Amino acid sequence: MEQVMSTINLSAIYPEIILTCFSLLILLMQSFSTPRFKEYYGYVSLVGVLAALAFVVMEPSSFFAQTVVYSFNDMWVVDNYARFFKLIFLLGTGLTILISMKYLEDEAMQYGEYFALILFATIGMMIMASAGELITLFLGLELMSLSLYVLAGYTRVRMVSNEAALKYFILGSFATGFLLYGIALIYGSTGTTSIRAVAASVGKYGLYSPGLVMGMAMLVVAFGFKAALVPFHMWTPDVYEGAPAPITAFMSAGPKAAAFAAFARVFMEGLPALQMEWTWLIWIMAALTMTIGNVIALVQDNIKRMLAYSSIAHAGYVLVAFLAAGELGISSVLYYLLTYTFMNIGAFAIITALSGRGEPRVFVRDYQGLGFQHPFAAVAMSLFLFSLAGIPPTGGFMGKFYIFSAAVKEGYIGLAVIGVVNSVVSVYYYLRVTVAMYMEEPSSVREAEAAAPIFSPALVIAIFISAYGVLSLGLFPSSYVAIVKQSFLALQ
Amino acid sequence: MSEYIHVLIMLVLAAATAGGMLVATSLIGPKKSFIDKMEPFECGESPIVSPKLRFSVKFYLVALFFVIFDIEAVYAYPWAVLFKELGLFGFIEMMIFLTILAIGLIYVWRRGALEWDR
Repeated sequence: MEQVMSTINLSAIYPEIILTCFSLLILLMQSFSTPRFKEYYGYVSLVGVLAALAFVVMEPSSFFAQTVVYSFNDMWVVDNYARFFKLIFLLGTGLTILISMKYLEDEAMQYGEYFALILFATIGMMIMASAGELITLFLGLELMSLSLYVLAGYTRVRMVSNEAALKYFILGSFATGFLLYGIALIYGSTGTTSIRAVAASVGKYGLYSPGLVMGMAMLVVAFGFKAALVPFHMWTPDVYEGAPAPITAFMSAGPKAAAFAAFARVFMEGLPALQMEWTWLIWIMAALTMTIGNVIALVQDNIKRMLAYSSIAHAGYVLVAFLAAGELGISSVLYYLLTYTFMNIGAFAIITALSGRGEPRVFVRDYQGLGFQHPFAAVAMSLFLFSLAGIPPTGGFMGKFYIFSAAVKEGYIGLAVIGVVNSVVSVYYYLRVTVAMYMEEPSSVREAEAAAPIFSPALVIAIFISAYGVLSLGLFPSSYVAIVKQSFLALQ
Repeated sequence: MSEYIHVLIMLVLAAATAGGMLVATSLIGPKKSFIDKMEPFECGESPIVSPKLRFSVKFYLVALFFVIFDIEAVYAYPWAVLFKELGLFGFIEMMIFLTILAIGLIYVWRRGALEWDR
């Protein structure tokens, strides 16, 4: 009995404990709510996110000490890789909370559950990043997904929101089933669910079981669904369009990064012996994901839907770096996901501000003439769109540069070419919005007056943080690269 | 073989109890049959309705609460069995678990989800 307890290192899960306490606190506040509390849910959850952020960096050892801490019988790993992902998640969560507060007030839906669910989803993502074992990973994935299903349907008076939640729930549950089946097959073939033990078993006995390959394929399906990779992307446009704008921002940043975090840990740490089997599979998926995402985005008029397809395409770029693996590959995955969090949430912050009550103004034509009426919003939006398109001097450019140089270095020249061509194609639909903002007149003056965007201080802060992130990642990449490289080393 | 004798006794007792109840009710129970009583009975729903019957969503809500608090009991049993071995550590862990569940119950209660008509 002594032995069991000695492996429990509670300080390894302090950030998760703190977030759990804060989400429970918000639930209690909601339970005994007075109208006065309404405005505080957001701030309370922000405090929770900041506290968790501090503990991610400091506990159980400093980020820069580069120690790897195992806890709970190796079910839980805290290394710099997990820490870096947790920073991305908490960053995305914090920005989402900032852009949500005024939005919820306008929609008259200031309930504590919203923030509690966002925090629960974040805890789930953090569990996914730190899971050293497949069942723990599943637990985190479920916590994240279940919270997101509810959040997608949060504006329950809107039909599209309900549709999004239902679709996401049914398809997502199906994908979770694939994950479980994959875990079961891997367990059946290796006799363990611990990721390191799976690697040891496969390394020792080799590829003796077809069940192992089947299990790996099932995991690809499950992670592919959660990260919205083609051909498992069908849910993305509908869900991203229907969900409330701040939740779309949240979903496109954190959960996607969480899926990649778990994907990379399981495949790089657990199944490197099967690399021959998954290389071609992921090659095809990466090429398809980039191409289909970008091509369909070209014809979208709804800007949320357009960014949904763009997020599919960006997952494709990340997959290229994932395939390149190695130090450069995984470092560029981390770098790109950090950049993507800044630029995508930034863009969605502007969309949230402009959409108006009930989100009627989410079409490209609603952005006509924005550059003259609201220069600040238009400049910020252009910056985020340039970054998404990969134009210097933004973080998006540096991210793509690292990804494609990693791909070329590892010999995936064909894939790099496809990626660059896609990147060029994507410029068209990002610039279309910029052109509408600066070179077109609003369709009618009255409409333009009605379309006054709502900029709350919190939202402006979120936009500034995102803009700062995008610019500093683009202009001063070296310090970020150093951090990213340290995070990669942990995975080895 | 001797350790299975208890199971056998248990089986016989269970069968005797169930059989005895059936026999006793058919022997000494009053038998008044009327139309409503002869209908198949299921949880307050009318037996002959359109198959497109819409259940109130409250049924599912209550079922969900039941599952959640049932799971609590499932976790509490092994803890109770191993209470001495787990000691203070196990006690504190369990109290944290129960506190979180209690917060859930408070939340459900205060939000009025336990009231059928609201």
